[in-house]
Amino acid sequence: MMSEDKQVTLIVTRQDDPESAPYDETFKIPYRNNMNVISALMEVRRNPVNANGEATTPVYWDMGCLEEVCGACSMIINGKPRQSCTALVDQLEQPIRLAPMSTFPVMRDLGVDRSRMFDSLKKVKAWVPIDGTYDLGPGPKMAENKRQWAYELSKCMTCGVCLEACPNVNSKSDFIGPAAISQVRLFNSHPTGAMNKNERLEALMGEGGLAECGNSQNCVQSCPKGIPLTTSIASMNRETALHSFKSFFGSDHEVE
Amino acid sequence: MAANREFLYRRLHSLLGVIPVGLFLIQHLVVNHFATRGPEAFNSAAHFMENLPFRIVLELFVIFIPLYFHAIYGVYIAFTSKNNVSSYGYFRNWMFYLQRISGIITLIFVTWHVWETRIQAGLGNVEVNYALMENILENPFMLVFYIIGVISTTFHFANGLWSFLVSWGITMSPRSQVISTYVTLGVFVLLSYVGIAAILAFAL
Repeated sequence: MMSEDKQVTLIVTRQDDPESAPYDETFKIPYRNNMNVISALMEVRRNPVNANGEATTPVYWDMGCLEEVCGACSMIINGKPRQSCTALVDQLEQPIRLAPMSTFPVMRDLGVDRSRMFDSLKKVKAWVPIDGTYDLGPGPKMAENKRQWAYELSKCMTCGVCLEACPNVNSKSDFIGPAAISQVRLFNSHPTGAMNKNERLEALMGEGGLAECGNSQNCVQSCPKGIPLTTSIASMNRETALHSFKSFFGSDHEVE
Repeated sequence: MAANREFLYRRLHSLLGVIPVGLFLIQHLVVNHFATRGPEAFNSAAHFMENLPFRIVLELFVIFIPLYFHAIYGVYIAFTSKNNVSSYGYFRNWMFYLQRISGIITLIFVTWHVWETRIQAGLGNVEVNYALMENILENPFMLVFYIIGVISTTFHFANGLWSFLVSWGITMSPRSQVISTYVTLGVFVLLSYVGIAAILAFAL
């Protein structure tokens, strides 16, 4: 069943620290059935010797859940950003090229710092504020069909693939990117979250906000969770346009 | 309002591309089309446009100020994107890329065209009529330049109309965006026909 000489070739773009220059290193590892990119990287970690037979440092990468719900193990695999846990070796063309996502600062090898995404979530207040000094009681009910619809948007795992694919998220622009825009739609549709609707819309209308979207629609093509990101963007375009009309000369409407 | 300036500029950029610049483009191409009915028809139409009352005000507020705001801000937008069609060869990403390329070509073409016609006429060097265009388009290089310029302009307008509908939240669902892709494709084909027919009428 398992052939002794079958090998998997990995070409990894490595970087020793945030400041140093990247370089490629090739690894040949023994093939096992049903390998994913992470188990291939674990093999490199177990025996950190490159294709030239030289001992090297083990390749660093981030991982968490190993079932495509945490978003930590995103990297560029054969040119496309995706999670390495669900990238099956049998389905990939060899040699398998691994590189860190280019939109984020590289910490080491394949590990990047996605802090900007979490900062964006803070900027748009992607939460439902319920903490107070006393029990507020149960919130308003949400219709079951709406809950099911909202569940799709809640699948976002802040993995960074949509930002990586977007031509307008780069070092020359401060565009917030698709993920946070879609989260505004999610929290503004929540019955309690809607109480802070305008604050989120105004955050989206600020510097680097949703107006910087150029409609390349790469995000919706790339999202591993199939989130309708471009529909969310267009929906927030509509909401912010209406909000800006209503408050064009100033407004005394806090919400709605 | 200071924090909202970027949102305001972007939305203004989107709006001005359609109203008034897009509407002016349609009107201009339609008036040009008189060329297919012969020199007299074109000259009388051009003459009518030339003698509109408040011409300078109309030109400033319907054409030049919106046009060059749209153009200069558009160049800034084009140069802050990092095109990636080689890795993500999706249809909409190509349209995104072509929108930026056609914007630059259109800016070069329109600026040259304004210099050669409106500004030269303003300086009293030429008179805007059928003979002027016939003269310009006699040169095969200029003929090709004008054809590329007009196609680039109509593409930029039609595809820009598609993004206008998204940017203002008019087309939201994927289906409405597919339908508007076909509608704006039709706008591109029809306006290109109107524009090219006039160019060929001058040249042939």
